[in-house]
Amino acid sequence: MPPVIQLEDIQKTYHTGEVEVRAVRGVSLAIEPGEFVALMGASGSGKSTLMNLLGCLDHPTAGRYCLAGVDVSGLDRDERADIRNQKIGFVFQGFNLLPRTSALENVELPMLYQRQRIPGHERHERARQALELVGLGGRLDHQPSQLSGGQQQRVAIARALVNQPALILADEPTGNLDSQTSIEIMGVFQRLNDQGITIVMVTHELDIARYTRRNIVLRDGQVVSDTPVAHRLAAERELEKLRAAQQEVRLS
Amino acid sequence: MRTAATVRLALRALRRNKLRSTLTMLGIIIGVGSVIASVSITTGATREVEGRVAALGQNVVTVFSGSFTSGGSRGGWGSAPTLTLGDAEAIRTEIPNVVAVSPELRDRLTVQAGGLNWRTQVLGEGPDYLQIRSWNLRAGAMFTERDVQAVTKVAVIGQTVVDQLFPGEDPVGQTLRVRDIPFKIVGVLEPKGFNLFGSDQDDVVVIPYTSHMRRVSRAQFVNSILVQAASTPAIPRVQADISELLQQRRAGREPDFTVRTQLELAETATATSRVMSVLLAAIASVSLIVGGIGIMNIMLVSVTERTREIGIRMAVGARGRDILVQFLVEAVTLSAIGGLVGIGLGVAASEIVANTTGWPTVTPVSWVGIASLSSALVGILSGFYPAWKASQLDPIEALRYE
Repeated sequence: MPPVIQLEDIQKTYHTGEVEVRAVRGVSLAIEPGEFVALMGASGSGKSTLMNLLGCLDHPTAGRYCLAGVDVSGLDRDERADIRNQKIGFVFQGFNLLPRTSALENVELPMLYQRQRIPGHERHERARQALELVGLGGRLDHQPSQLSGGQQQRVAIARALVNQPALILADEPTGNLDSQTSIEIMGVFQRLNDQGITIVMVTHELDIARYTRRNIVLRDGQVVSDTPVAHRLAAERELEKLRAAQQEVRLS
Repeated sequence: MRTAATVRLALRALRRNKLRSTLTMLGIIIGVGSVIASVSITTGATREVEGRVAALGQNVVTVFSGSFTSGGSRGGWGSAPTLTLGDAEAIRTEIPNVVAVSPELRDRLTVQAGGLNWRTQVLGEGPDYLQIRSWNLRAGAMFTERDVQAVTKVAVIGQTVVDQLFPGEDPVGQTLRVRDIPFKIVGVLEPKGFNLFGSDQDDVVVIPYTSHMRRVSRAQFVNSILVQAASTPAIPRVQADISELLQQRRAGREPDFTVRTQLELAETATATSRVMSVLLAAIASVSLIVGGIGIMNIMLVSVTERTREIGIRMAVGARGRDILVQFLVEAVTLSAIGGLVGIGLGVAASEIVANTTGWPTVTPVSWVGIASLSSALVGILSGFYPAWKASQLDPIEALRYE
């Protein structure tokens, strides 16, 4: 199997007026199927730009990007839209669900833009399964405003999963959540990863990065460290610890 | 995305802002509604006028005497009779596509019957007169060519004359005195009502033109000649042929006749309503443009408000075209609903006008079609720019939009 992500000397330069901003300055890396990677770095390190490139939301100024064996560096807008639809699932910090639209319909959204038409009942069924997978089987008809932050993020994860993408890209998925809910969401990601789904996550929180398998640190648009996670945290166990601690607080 | 799904999406988006959508539609509703209402009223009026023109007869070409010079003073049509029976005979025999000819003499005279008298129009006509004017008899029969040859004292009378001289009686077979000459009534005309110019067409006594010339008016000339062409397309040719023939018969003298067709009359009569229609169409297009500007305005606001939604859709794989179609369908839905409501209100308004004023109103199907199409067109035209703008958004920027 080819790597899910194969970057060869990827560069991205922005021209804002007179100033030239070199946001990504030659990144080469490979991410294999089944990996769970945290992309880290301070603000201005180029991690968001790299994320947009990985997500085919933007195209590199130079270099080669192969996604699941296909070179996507030279695609136009429409072709990139199709790649996003087929190969990539997005999870955002701000959830980015459609307001006043039920969880089920939010999850169905990527299927509406598939080039080959999917019949309505099949769409419903697949969306329902995806929601059950993230533990929201009982809230299909809830609108985002009726769901907690953690639940909204689960809907977003279900939406990212529904087209069976090669890659899930999560951009600060726990940034808007409290610590317990963050761990719960990391638990969802870990379960999906255990099933073989490749996940790349941008985060600046070190303790969140410890739930992944591999940490890549960027600085000034370049990779400065790329290490496997030594003592990986398991969300299940951390949650149990947290509950036990809360229990103690309540008892005393 | 499928069309049905897109339309459903558009309807839902419009429902979310009910008041705003309604106010936006209002421009189209008022525009289309006023067009439909006024077109219905003018069409009703035009049909009525056309009906009256048709009552003049079918494919009629009329030759009026007049336009002649006498001792240096010139007169217009009808100023003095100059047409002869020979002219009428020549038209009948020499001009193709002529199916009937009737020389006509007119006089306003007082007629008597029993103890009553009544001032009325006494017409001298040929036996084809009723055919030319598409007029039927209510009772009795029309006089014949034989009556014309024999200069018989027979008459066919209109309903008003019946009402005035023979109230509550059957006039057929009775006698009517014109200039003290007794005429036997052989037929009664069906009531025809008022003509284009407001005079009572039923206030008439029709006698053979020979009887009129020899017994009543003692005229040498006829006032006019009524000619019926074989078909409507033949009318202009017949008109030209008659002019040429009569000109030849006058051999170099200045023309002392005028040839008029029913088409010209109808045109004069409908010219006013045509001007009205053009004016209405102009007002309608202005209000549709105003409505379109309203839609464009709201769609631009909507695109800005929903920038994030557009970003989300693009992130999960919507192409620019998908976004374009989504917003375009929304604009067209807005204007199409406005158009339909406008048509409904317009028809209702014209019904109300018809019921309260008694004016006949007719809503032409073609205008319902025109109204629907143009409101859809307004939606496309005014929705295109906002939709195109939405489709050109950068997904990264759109997702970041607050």
